[in-house]
Amino acid sequence: MAESSLQIDHLSKRYGSVVALDDMTFDVRAGEVFGFVGSNGAGKTTTMRIVLGVLSADSGEVRWAGERIDLASRRHIGYMPEERGLYPKMKVGEQLIYLARLHGMPAGAARSAAEQWAERLGVHGRWDDELQKLSLGNQQRVQLAAALVHDPQILVLDEPFSGLDPVAVDVMSQVLAERAAAGVPVIFSSHQLDLVQRLCHRVGIVKAGRMVALGGVDELRAGAEGRLVVTAPQGPPGWATIVPGVTVTAQDNATVTLQLAPGADDQAVLAAALATGPVTEFSWRRPDLTELFRHVVTTQEAA
Amino acid sequence: MSSPIGASGAGPAALNSMAAIRLVAGRELSTRLHSKAFRVMTLIVLLMIVAMVVVFKLLAGSGPSMVQVGVLQGDAQQLAQVEATGTAVGQHLSAVAVSNEAAGRQQVVDGDLAALIEPSTSGQLRVVVETKLDTGLQSALTVLARNMALDNQISSLGGDPATVNAAVSNAGLDLQVLSPPHQYDVAQIVLGSVAGILIYLSLMTGGQLVAQGVVEEKSSRVVELLLATIRPWELMTGKVLGIGLLGLIQVAAYGIVGVGLASALGVLTLSISAAAGTVIWLIVWYLIGFVMYAFAFAAAGALVSRQEDAAGVIMPVLIFVIVGYVLGISVLPSDPGNHLVSVLSVIPLFAPTLMPMRLAMGGVPAWEAALALVLALAMIPALAALAGRIYRNAVIHIGARVSLRKALAG
Repeated sequence: MAESSLQIDHLSKRYGSVVALDDMTFDVRAGEVFGFVGSNGAGKTTTMRIVLGVLSADSGEVRWAGERIDLASRRHIGYMPEERGLYPKMKVGEQLIYLARLHGMPAGAARSAAEQWAERLGVHGRWDDELQKLSLGNQQRVQLAAALVHDPQILVLDEPFSGLDPVAVDVMSQVLAERAAAGVPVIFSSHQLDLVQRLCHRVGIVKAGRMVALGGVDELRAGAEGRLVVTAPQGPPGWATIVPGVTVTAQDNATVTLQLAPGADDQAVLAAALATGPVTEFSWRRPDLTELFRHVVTTQEAA
Repeated sequence: MSSPIGASGAGPAALNSMAAIRLVAGRELSTRLHSKAFRVMTLIVLLMIVAMVVVFKLLAGSGPSMVQVGVLQGDAQQLAQVEATGTAVGQHLSAVAVSNEAAGRQQVVDGDLAALIEPSTSGQLRVVVETKLDTGLQSALTVLARNMALDNQISSLGGDPATVNAAVSNAGLDLQVLSPPHQYDVAQIVLGSVAGILIYLSLMTGGQLVAQGVVEEKSSRVVELLLATIRPWELMTGKVLGIGLLGLIQVAAYGIVGVGLASALGVLTLSISAAAGTVIWLIVWYLIGFVMYAFAFAAAGALVSRQEDAAGVIMPVLIFVIVGYVLGISVLPSDPGNHLVSVLSVIPLFAPTLMPMRLAMGGVPAWEAALALVLALAMIPALAALAGRIYRNAVIHIGARVSLRKALAG
């Protein structure tokens, strides 16, 4: 299975003086859901477009199962471009069949696959309607069906959740997990970090065309600095700062969130808190992906 | 499902270029054949062609066609003389004997006879018509009256009118022209003009369809999905072929209905082979012209991302079609052998509009027709390669208009 992973190997791309990608390297393993996060313009879309061959890289290459990806192997990719697009005046059914056939499916198989996905995504009732007559949400469902209709062996989805209603988000999440379970490498980009945290086995955070953090969600969270949350109802303001190496990052009534410098002693903090009176909460909290993302992006900024 | 196919992508899912082009062309053809606009447009043009042929037929009906003349108590010799006189002055007459005057007059009123004539020995020829005497018929009958008077005089002088007439009709010029100019047939000039209009309309609408189709794929962003599966040149070629085939069906329908109906109604006084030749040349030049211009239109369309911007970029291509047509239609009908137009009609950029008009009008030396064909065919690969380059580099850039220089450089 490991050999059918998708490898993004040292991709670089410039537009004049603007660096779009700078030595972008990572891999998406077979059966894995990979979350691709980063600010707008960080290089997520550019990376995906290079994988699909819509753009060409200045250097570096994309490999699938160890071999450089080409037009024939790209036909096994299910792709959802950031800029959604299908033929507005073409009927939903015809459109799905056409796209399946462009990916090399024979006519009969194309039709049954198109019907199956239209059914699954709840747009089968609109089979004979022109795409432009559908609501935006339903158009998104057709777009997803278009990415899945040829039974792809790789899924590359650029912002697949944007514009989806909660029901469609559930269907989409389910489909992604299912495809990954079938051994397909799945990569998607999103700004909805709670979804990424829930769905992805691994996450890559990009910034200015570079991969700045890469790993399992838990791994990344464990590796990041935690926060100490202490509630001391009778503590006077600033009670915690007497402990060396402690800074207050947030204060909500009696509850303070503290950041400890390396080597600072959390037991000293507890002692200081107990000295003010009763302590009702004392816990380490790991950052969630949103905090992690913010942290990674801002600290790299300073570097 | 769970076992990934090898990265080489071989196997049942492989799609070669031919198959990709066929799929794209098939989509173009079927979506447009099913579109209401296309059907209505084609039907309107067909009706216009039918109407035009019928109008020609009605106009021509009062012209040089057969005119029936009644001869009061005419014998076979008189009837033959009437018809012979008509033929001599270019008026097709058919003469019938009428037994009594009242019946003859009634037939004139009913419109069965154009005129009733009553020969007399006095030299006066009495002619009865319903409203007025047609000029063609009038000249024929005047000559007839004079001939009859002459015959009478010859007979009274003791000669034989038949011998004299034979001698007279054998007398004539034996003209020897050393370099005869081409005699243009009016019917062929009309045919040439119609061919010009048809090819102009077809090239213009076909070309614009191609450009709009390219822009539609950019503006709807579907092009990104398509280019993830097929190569840009496959997409462009498929589109050009699909729309070209659609236009071919149209041109063939127009040509066959028009020429067929005209031949059936006798409006065209051309041989079947000349008429068929015109239709075949029309189709050949439509195909060459379409392929030539369509690639240029596709490249132009690829430069912009919005339909509103399309008109601006396709104008430089369209201008060649328009200039060729306007020159041809304004000069050729009155001067089919015009030197400037003859020269331009061999140059590939203008040949598709001018050459079929000239060919339909006739008098084109074989070497000119062949040269135009060879030059145009030779230019197509070069033009397609250039257009393919522009298209490939420009089609993925969505947003502002791509400059030609950037598209050429890549």
